[in-house]
Amino acid sequence: MQAFDRVLAARAKDRPGCADFIANIFDDFVELRGDRRYGDDKAILAGIARLEGMPVTVVATQKGTCTGERVAANFGCAHPEGYRKALRQFLLAEKFARPVVTLIDTAGAYCGLGAEERGQAQAIAECLTTLMTLRTPVIAILTGEGGSGGALALAVADRVWMMENAVYSVISPEGCASILWKDASKTEDAARSLKLTAEDLLGFHVVDSIVPEGAGFDKAYADIRSRLKDTLGALKALDVKDLLSARYKRYRTMGGFLG
Amino acid sequence: MLKKGLFKRPGNTLEKTQGDNVLPVPNVPETLFTTCKGCKAAVLTNELAQNLYVCPRCGYHGVIGARVRLMRLADDGSFEEWDAEISSADPLLFPGYADKAAEARVLSGEKEAVVGGMMRIQGCPCAAFAMDSRFMMGSMGGAAGEKITRLFEKAAQMDLTVIAFTLSGGARMQEGILSLMQMAKTSGAVKYHSDAGNLYVSVLCNPTAGGVTASFAMESDIALAEPGALICFAGPRVIEQTLRQKLPKGFQSAEFLMDKGFIDAVVPRAQQKDYLGILLKLHAKEHKNASV
Repeated sequence: MQAFDRVLAARAKDRPGCADFIANIFDDFVELRGDRRYGDDKAILAGIARLEGMPVTVVATQKGTCTGERVAANFGCAHPEGYRKALRQFLLAEKFARPVVTLIDTAGAYCGLGAEERGQAQAIAECLTTLMTLRTPVIAILTGEGGSGGALALAVADRVWMMENAVYSVISPEGCASILWKDASKTEDAARSLKLTAEDLLGFHVVDSIVPEGAGFDKAYADIRSRLKDTLGALKALDVKDLLSARYKRYRTMGGFLG
Repeated sequence: MLKKGLFKRPGNTLEKTQGDNVLPVPNVPETLFTTCKGCKAAVLTNELAQNLYVCPRCGYHGVIGARVRLMRLADDGSFEEWDAEISSADPLLFPGYADKAAEARVLSGEKEAVVGGMMRIQGCPCAAFAMDSRFMMGSMGGAAGEKITRLFEKAAQMDLTVIAFTLSGGARMQEGILSLMQMAKTSGAVKYHSDAGNLYVSVLCNPTAGGVTASFAMESDIALAEPGALICFAGPRVIEQTLRQKLPKGFQSAEFLMDKGFIDAVVPRAQQKDYLGILLKLHAKEHKNASV
């Protein structure tokens, strides 16, 4: 499949959303709402659930399944209050030593007046520093679109997994084509050049493993469930100091430079 | 009533000369005057440079190179550069990137968009870095991320305050996902430096945008900004295109962000040395360990 076909697959309307992943992977999901500062952003779905009996904090993006839901969820593009809602759940997870699982499918953080005025950048930045040193295991799963800083805000983790047809990029191929080449017809070239497929990202060690989709999503859910159980078990057994130092190193080694 | 054409420049016959007759050099060197982007007045370039590239007429804070900025901030001769040899790679073999980076090196005279090191300000030691807009709009790729990360790590080990002059269009998209990861990498280093009890002051300059605002620029203990600086996550053009509406005047300016509670103070360039000097003295380590 070409890179841009993956982009289209990741964005497909009939692709299961993060809420489907939650319903099929976890039991007893209890939704917890609001950021206690401004409001409740429906673009972020958060709460506590059980994974094979183990309590975990789940933070996901949400695009919605029908028009009404999509509008309420702002098509999966979170405002600062969404990131602060996530932040609140991260800190609660740390307090109760619950592992965190994040599920990400967003075109990106919302670009708008309210978002800017309420500190979109600051909210994302706070997620990054908080996750980097959160004293409990964190696993991030990119389920569809991984749109830039808005996705990264929930994806600083001990392990990052990616669905076979998910994409993860610093900018959308459309944005890249229009900014760099001022030519919207070059979107497919941009998709190829940005190296945004799961295989590309595995090669860069930005993701640790790929979840196959070929056998259908039910198989994928079962796969994720068993991997989560094993990996969270192993991460929980680590000394927190070692966990955090490995997380720091995971990102410390990313990126190329000369000299 | 003003007479039409009163302020029109009289025609210069030399300009109209075509073909082989063109005079090789104009009488006035191009560099003698610089047009201020704020008030459009022609300002003596020398005067502008002496004034830290702030327009003496309207106070517009113009482009200042990263190295010049740091040299003018540091006590005489106290700047010691760190990691000067680091430059960007092309990990994605992105079309056109190698040429663009080479061009930026010539244009800026720097190897990367970040220059940093150690210095003294009014006698107080600190680590500082500045970003350079002439180097691919100060965008952050692997090399910039590495330089910033190393600076925070080294400053943490040496118990030094970090001062960051941020100025960037955001992540460098030619390095794809690896540039995005620099946000996480630098954030880790900021936290490491902070958890060791050190002060970090950011000075947000024009423009600070995207992934740089959404990482280390906004992670400081104290956030200052230059007057009129554009500070945003999404740039005004992106928002205007998305919403199909004009943004209010002054939206996303340093003053606007201060009003919304995201900036501690707007500090003109000429006052920054004194301002930072006071902050450094207030956070001097002997105070931290002073007995009660």
